[in-house]
Amino acid sequence: MKLWKTLLATAVLAFATATSAFAARTDLVIGIPLEPPHLDPTAGAAAAIREVTYANVFEGLTRIGPNSEVLPDLAESWTVSDDGKVYIFKLHTGVKFHDGTDFSADDVKFSLDRARAENSINAQKQLFAAIDKVEVVDPATVKVTLAHPQGSFLYNMGWGDAVIVSPKSADTNKEKPIGTGPFKFESWAKGSSITLVKSDHYWGAPVFLEKAEFRIVPDAAAAVPALLSGDIQAFPFFDPDSVSQVKDDPRFKIVVGATEGETILSINNKKPPFDKLQVRQAISYALDRKAIIDGASAGLGLPIGSHMSPANKYYVDLTGLYPHNVNKAKELLKEAGLENGFKATLKLPPPSYARLGGEIIASELREVGINLEIIPVEWAQWLDQVFTKKDYDLTIVSHTEPNDIGIYSRKDYYFNYDNPTFNKIIADLDLTSDEAKRKELYAEAQKILADDAVVGFLYELPKVGVWDAKLQGWWENAPIPANDLTKVKWSE
Amino acid sequence: MTAYLLKRLAIAIATLVLASIVVFAVLEVLPGDPARLMLGMNASADQVELLRNQMGLDAPLAWRYLHWASGLLSLDFGRSYTYSVPVIDLVRERLAVSLPLALIALALSTIIAIPIGLFSASRRGRVGDMVAMGAAQLGVAVPNFWFALMLIYVFAVWLHLVPAGGFPGWAAGAWPALKSLLLPAVALALPQAAILARVTRSALIEVLNEDYIRTARAKGLPYRAVLWRHALRNAMIPVLTILGLQFAFLLAGTIIIENVFYLPGLGRLVFQAITQRDLIVVESVVMLLVAAVIAVNLVVDLSYAVVDPRLRTRQ
Repeated sequence: MKLWKTLLATAVLAFATATSAFAARTDLVIGIPLEPPHLDPTAGAAAAIREVTYANVFEGLTRIGPNSEVLPDLAESWTVSDDGKVYIFKLHTGVKFHDGTDFSADDVKFSLDRARAENSINAQKQLFAAIDKVEVVDPATVKVTLAHPQGSFLYNMGWGDAVIVSPKSADTNKEKPIGTGPFKFESWAKGSSITLVKSDHYWGAPVFLEKAEFRIVPDAAAAVPALLSGDIQAFPFFDPDSVSQVKDDPRFKIVVGATEGETILSINNKKPPFDKLQVRQAISYALDRKAIIDGASAGLGLPIGSHMSPANKYYVDLTGLYPHNVNKAKELLKEAGLENGFKATLKLPPPSYARLGGEIIASELREVGINLEIIPVEWAQWLDQVFTKKDYDLTIVSHTEPNDIGIYSRKDYYFNYDNPTFNKIIADLDLTSDEAKRKELYAEAQKILADDAVVGFLYELPKVGVWDAKLQGWWENAPIPANDLTKVKWSE
Repeated sequence: MTAYLLKRLAIAIATLVLASIVVFAVLEVLPGDPARLMLGMNASADQVELLRNQMGLDAPLAWRYLHWASGLLSLDFGRSYTYSVPVIDLVRERLAVSLPLALIALALSTIIAIPIGLFSASRRGRVGDMVAMGAAQLGVAVPNFWFALMLIYVFAVWLHLVPAGGFPGWAAGAWPALKSLLLPAVALALPQAAILARVTRSALIEVLNEDYIRTARAKGLPYRAVLWRHALRNAMIPVLTILGLQFAFLLAGTIIIENVFYLPGLGRLVFQAITQRDLIVVESVVMLLVAAVIAVNLVVDLSYAVVDPRLRTRQ
């Protein structure tokens, strides 16, 4: 009798578990290391803003896909005039903002004009620099006229900084973001978490998740138990050093991809003795990229030989140009008249790639006779002293903006590098839309930077994603800062 | 008593004014521009200047101090540069975590420490005392983030009794909220309890050597009664002093534990604000903490008078 009861109970229980297993989960808690200062991607540079809102809450005319390709978004199609100056965007119809306002061509004009206005504080204002005027043809058509042809215009319009906002909510997006995306903002418990829920009237392909909560976990040591206990089911940007703790656990999937973060040993090109080519080349020879990646990034991350991500379609492998060679480095220093070595400073911002990498680089440079004094600085200090005032010799930083080789042609940029040939190539690139020609120019640009040893090119910052093995649809790489949830779902 | 109170109040106000000047001056000379930090590396110098202007950062220093200080007087703490919401709202949200956490931790540490202190003092030099004080030594020595991680692995990862971290908010119900504060409170309380137990023990031992204790024993009072009624009460002053200091520390000095449990507490608010150069938040929160510490000290001073009637008339 008793056995019979137990059997029945077991059967009922098994049935209950089985039925509940048919309905896949639709909620998700995602761990992010940094809290966004606010949630308006058109009013701040912080990557954390995009990691919550990009593709989820806000959408642009175009968008960047998981492999850095340009995809249509709010614009379903477009035509480009023969001279490359006039873009006509055909917009999706029936699109609504989360507050119920209808989306139309007026919002596109408003958003682009707002971003490029005189008093705009858009952090990537240069994306809009080529635009001459934006005109509404009809509610579903926008005509953008450029002052000159621009090869990267469609790509530029896919950045988080170029998302389309409504004039009604533009000023309050920082606290209560209102976009056209598949998820709408629900709540933000400051310091704790940001919750998005599925939007009821989304125009595009429906998403699988009903609710997504971004929980802020600043400490890498706390991320591991949060995963193990099941409290948090995904960390799209996991600390490389903690991977070993979850590597052998079959419950989790670990995916190592590339970001657009070129991690470099920046050199002040105008400050003696770094103004000498031989000295910069000597530094390049002295660097052992493998040792640096092992020590600063747990062995994860691809070596680079110029300023381009190996995941980028314009990438050219130049890592063989300056192989690790201590004798060659010493020779070059001797040629430069510095056979007795010299002293310099190395300013390190807070991220661990800089602090750990800095120690290794200092010991590698000591081997060839360059004695570095390490100076740890905070971000605010780094931006002030190094980036703005250019008061530095060497520093380590990851340049995370996508496709940003053009920074080397900027006037007065903190590298203090000025090469007219290089500047000409970047200027030409801006005007070229032919893909084959662009590829050629990008290759040339990479080659010049490597030859000039402008900075010490180290490695591409890895994107280490760790999530529940039952989750699907995550991005492997991070071609732009984003946690695109539109394809993410629980399998079963 | 009134004169005593008035004097303490006057000192408190003078300290606040002085602190506001120091806090403001020190933070303003820190290198780093909040506007540049917000706009990142791609923004032009003109744009940064524009944002500085919008945030009111280009006004003269003295004017900004007066503006801020006069705001404080009317309990207007200004607006956060980064969050662009009133600082007071941020503080209120964080206090909803930090205040209960500090109180629970303080209660826990008192409940653990006082009996251990009593036990050890009354068995001075014997095995029980040595074991208890050895444990206390360990409690002081073990880094609390390590202890916190051990707690998480045992109670959250292994036993699944409590969440591994985070704070659901009081809106999620009192029990879920309390549950998420439990482990951090234990992690915070333990080292505090260890210190408190040692202080209680040594204060008691000192008192137990006094003549009046011998007199009390001689007149036939049982040992237990002497311990509780005469000794403990007289040993309370150093214990209260430590408690006051601990409370101030628990309110804002718990950044490490807040990070391990990713709790949105006051410590993390200040830390984040410093790294983001959200100066107005740092300045206002630090001032609030200064005020809190002064208030706690005032309460401790007054409680001396309660436990020791001699202090009431000494003025």
